[in-house]
Amino acid sequence: MSTATDAARVEEVAGRVVADHDPRRLPVQEFLGACFDAGLSWVHFPDGLGGLGVSRGLQASADAVLQSAGGPVPFRLNPIGYGMAAPTISEHARSPELARSWLRPLATTEELWCQLFSEPGAGSDLAGLATSAVRDGDTWVVNGQKVWTSLAHRARWALLLARTDPDQPKHKGLTYFVLDMEAAGVRTRPLRQMTGQAEFNEVFLEDARIPDEHRLGAVGDGWRVAMTTLMNERSAIGAGGAERGSGTIADALALWADRPHRRTPVLRDRLAALWTRSEAQRLTSARARRGVASAGSPGPEGSVAKLVSAELNQDVYEFCMDLLGPESTLYSSYEVRRDGREADWRGAVQQRFLRSRANTIEGGTSEVLRNILGERVLGLPGDLRADAGKAWKEVPRG
Amino acid sequence: MADTATEVATEPHTGPVEFDVTEEQQELRAAVRRFCAEQSDGPAVRRHMESEHGHDPAVWARLGRELGVLGLAVPEELGGAGAGLVEQSIVVEELGAALLCGPVLGTIGLALPALVASSAGPLRDELVPSLVDGSRTAALAAPERAGLFDPHAITVGAVHAGDGWELTGVVPQVVDAAGADLLLVAASGPEGIALFAVPGAAEQVQTEPLTTLDLTRRQATVRMREAPARLLAGADEIDAVLGHAFYTASALLAAEQVGGAQHMLDVTVAYAKERLQFGRPIGSFQAVKHRLADMLVLVEHARSTAQHAAWALQTGSDDPFLATSIAQATCSEAYYRVAADAVQLHGGIGFTWEHEAHLYFKRAVTDAALLGGAEIHRDRIAAAVLDHVRATPGVPPVADGRA
Repeated sequence: MSTATDAARVEEVAGRVVADHDPRRLPVQEFLGACFDAGLSWVHFPDGLGGLGVSRGLQASADAVLQSAGGPVPFRLNPIGYGMAAPTISEHARSPELARSWLRPLATTEELWCQLFSEPGAGSDLAGLATSAVRDGDTWVVNGQKVWTSLAHRARWALLLARTDPDQPKHKGLTYFVLDMEAAGVRTRPLRQMTGQAEFNEVFLEDARIPDEHRLGAVGDGWRVAMTTLMNERSAIGAGGAERGSGTIADALALWADRPHRRTPVLRDRLAALWTRSEAQRLTSARARRGVASAGSPGPEGSVAKLVSAELNQDVYEFCMDLLGPESTLYSSYEVRRDGREADWRGAVQQRFLRSRANTIEGGTSEVLRNILGERVLGLPGDLRADAGKAWKEVPRG
Repeated sequence: MADTATEVATEPHTGPVEFDVTEEQQELRAAVRRFCAEQSDGPAVRRHMESEHGHDPAVWARLGRELGVLGLAVPEELGGAGAGLVEQSIVVEELGAALLCGPVLGTIGLALPALVASSAGPLRDELVPSLVDGSRTAALAAPERAGLFDPHAITVGAVHAGDGWELTGVVPQVVDAAGADLLLVAASGPEGIALFAVPGAAEQVQTEPLTTLDLTRRQATVRMREAPARLLAGADEIDAVLGHAFYTASALLAAEQVGGAQHMLDVTVAYAKERLQFGRPIGSFQAVKHRLADMLVLVEHARSTAQHAAWALQTGSDDPFLATSIAQATCSEAYYRVAADAVQLHGGIGFTWEHEAHLYFKRAVTDAALLGGAEIHRDRIAAAVLDHVRATPGVPPVADGRA
């Protein structure tokens, strides 16, 4: 089947969906259900699982039709579900029936998903995690603590990585599960952060039971499954290009415009430098997108984005605080909100400034990212590893 | 691979898109790189930089005649290849990576663009072909401030003399002037400031070579005393002509900075993999690895802004003032820092005369100063983006301490 035929088919199906199910009138969940049934949630998935079995590149065509008719960006409504859970489920679920029973409510956003990977003792060294899953007949009994889980308090399902064999080296003893967040023994607690808000949660697992049917991939193969999850993550690379001056730097520019009496030549030079770096990164992202389009894979410029934007965010908000001067020492409120609007980057500048400290930690610390750039892009040798080849239980932790 | 085919199938294709790399461009890059490896390797660079005029005219002529890469942005009707500035910047990037000695900035960067932007005429038709084929070289003697023509700093006067003109005055620090066959000189005459063509070999012209920090890029003081001159661009067009020349030179200089920085990154990465201390390659230490990662980020940013500047000038897709300043602010800083870090990460050997790092470091210093340094270009950016910005509705909320 030629890709041109597929492209025409995707556009035709999308056109029919918006004609029969006007996204501007229907409830979001109903519209997204129609998209799933038509195979437009993930066009590269098989028929019946929210896909049409066509090339993944055609998703953009479908999204363009659906979103220009007023449809939502589903990724924003169920980010872990759409970005990470769905590809992993479609690839590793034990049966199509089971996959479908997860995927449809995921697609409609009736059931939100979260991810239980990081632990208090396993951050950068994720493969060293300690949460255990012990087999008991047809079920697994899970004990441990997870942390930095966004949406855990609203999610119905979780992607869970747990240790099933402590006698193996760390990467080999892991198994991947889907955990019912409503199961007994699952307790979620808000994790308050330095901004005063609680965007994330801690999740405590005490004898929580998972049916073996909800295991994804083979026992001991959890690391490989987790990697396919991360590789499949819907990345920003497919998205359209940002405008010059948009993003975080827009905050600094708007404040600069709004507070002429606070301007100094030194601040002016700092802002010009920040603006230039933002622009260089914007152009680098645009170049990365063209590289993917023409070469089929991202070049080094793709790996640079996270590192730069995290440090740039911090520098931009440091600038904003310096521009504000005495005002920077005031704050809105340290009262915890859990109303869905707790995302701190939409709060006051002072709160955005505090929130930006996490940017160089979350989703890969800048130290780890520099290792990745050094080792995977530049091909430098890895550091000495004290845990290489050792059984996980022999490795000192703390 | 299926995804790639899909992209092509679904995207309405109306010519190349910014940041596309064509097969022809890859071949061009490979050809210049091959040429440099043969004609301008480390020992050759040292030989050329220590020679009288700082380069080998035979090598330059082969670049023009055999490779045909000196006039890629020159229209075909003038004897150029008519390819574009994007292609020319690929060549300059590779010449910068090899530190090839020759009048890259004077001839490709400044003189040819000034000639191309001048109005058509027999003088232009006469001068361009020999610069494109590399048999002659040229330099531009026009005052510049922060990469923009500065008419207030003119130090040369022009008077009518028979059918032509005579120029008198001194121009300090003219890049690539020593040994240049042709000097394009901005001078103040009875009808205003104009651009003139002066034969470099005229006996009324003295080019006094200066000892430069970067021996691979020479400068000279040009002294003219009633030097014979022909009018190339009059007072009504000199701003446009020199504007085009300085914008083009800024974009090409940025490409050269990318080439040099990439080379310094490459050799330093290679060294970090083979140099052993404490029983390990030094590149396995995070202090070294992370510095190299930062160098990579600088090079990638530099490359994006340099390519954007060339594309913007070639297609008119962006304000040339802003596009060249973004490139110069980014690339000047990137090349300098990458070259400085390359010296550092090489340790003692990086400080020796024998190692190539100091040659690139000196080029980085020089390139950063030429056509305006990073601070000056940030100042230009600030003037364009910050100074007249008005308060807009998009101001983020600022906490006032009252919940």
